[in-house]
Amino acid sequence: MTTETIQLDYFDILFAGGIIGGLGILLAYYRLGVTRSLTIASVRLVIQLFLIGYVLRFLFAEGKEGYVAVMAVVMLLVASREILVRQKRRLTGWAGFGLGGSTLFVSSFAIALYGLLIVVRPEPWYLPQYSIPLLGMIMSNTMSAIGLSMDRLTSALHDNQSIIEQRLALGESARQAILPYQRDCIRTGIMPVVNSMATAGIVSLPGMMTGQILAGAVPTEAVKYQIIIWFLIAGGVGFGMAAALKVIEWRLFDERQRLRLDRLQ
Amino acid sequence: MALSMRNLQFLDWKGLDLTIGGGEVVALVGESGSGKSLLLRAIADLIVSQGAIELNGVERNSMSSLDWRLKVGYLPAEIFWWEDAVGAHFLNPPSQESLEGLRLSSECLGWNPSRLSMGERQRLGIMRMLDREPEFLLLDEPTANLDETNATLAEKRILSYIRDRKAGALWVSHSSEQARRVGNRSLRMRDRAIEELDRKPGEAGA
Repeated sequence: MTTETIQLDYFDILFAGGIIGGLGILLAYYRLGVTRSLTIASVRLVIQLFLIGYVLRFLFAEGKEGYVAVMAVVMLLVASREILVRQKRRLTGWAGFGLGGSTLFVSSFAIALYGLLIVVRPEPWYLPQYSIPLLGMIMSNTMSAIGLSMDRLTSALHDNQSIIEQRLALGESARQAILPYQRDCIRTGIMPVVNSMATAGIVSLPGMMTGQILAGAVPTEAVKYQIIIWFLIAGGVGFGMAAALKVIEWRLFDERQRLRLDRLQ
Repeated sequence: MALSMRNLQFLDWKGLDLTIGGGEVVALVGESGSGKSLLLRAIADLIVSQGAIELNGVERNSMSSLDWRLKVGYLPAEIFWWEDAVGAHFLNPPSQESLEGLRLSSECLGWNPSRLSMGERQRLGIMRMLDREPEFLLLDEPTANLDETNATLAEKRILSYIRDRKAGALWVSHSSEQARRVGNRSLRMRDRAIEELDRKPGEAGA
């Protein structure tokens, strides 16, 4: 059943790039102003992926614990920054970077460790061929969910300041006053994951599984990995988001349970 | 219940001093934007403030902010509703008689709040505040959206609560006429300070 993977060369990439060229011309025709962004994004994609290809080749060849840790930290820092730039109203001070980063760290690392130590159990447990892609998939999904839900909650608090103050004025606690908005954020954050899980395999073949199949894996084996990955991603997204929303509650209400929007930029 | 504050300071304001006795109504007038609502929110512990503030001799910081806000009721100028039904905002839904006393439909507790008119919002807002049985009232233009008849009824409702409970009140008003009518004394807020306008003798809340 295992077949040799077709080796792609640079001309193949160039042919695929022709599609992007055509798309650029179409977008220019509509004067959308995104042709430039598309060009930059395409160039970045090519450079970043080639670089990471070499980095991973080096990591896999060396296989050292320390290198894996450095890679994980770099991923965490980049993802934390990505969460920060997605915020329309950032938290002031260290909290802007730290809240997103720390909740991302706790949820994605904990889930990835669980996946490595208890579920997949590679030898050694940090084997980069397993640990880096696993962490990457969990972290990228968790990052998006935390970024979006933080942005949604801070905006909701900002827009509903009067309602929240009136609830507090009537003797409600900060927790009671913010709960409806947190619920709303969790629902909108978890629904895409739930929907993707529900349609996986029917509407689309998930990316990782497709990759394994293209690389020659037996489909019935590939689906096992995909199932595990989805469960881990759902965990990372759900727990990460809940943690981020709770930390925002702690940060934007003070010890006298006053709404402190002055702690938003 | 008496409220007293010494050197209450918020934002970049200088300290304010004010004492309001139990059953006493102090009217507060001043141009819009002069900070009347800020003062009410500071007293209600909704914005950060420093200085000493006591309700009947009990310092604010010696109790939780939740207890403080239950005792010191705050009626904002614009009343918001967040539950699906008006009645869900009350701890003890008001009686039919109480509703009709403010010329409100006896069925309005089952309505969605979006159905309420501005005047209905304001009158129900007053009932919602009194529903928590506060010992002191912070009132921000409680009759601003009401016609003359309803404004009189609302005024009477608030004043009778003040008289029955010996509650003190700080009553922000847009009209100096109302200030004279409801207040035992009147204050004006100007240039981030409070000045005494006039003092009239007589029964509290009369």
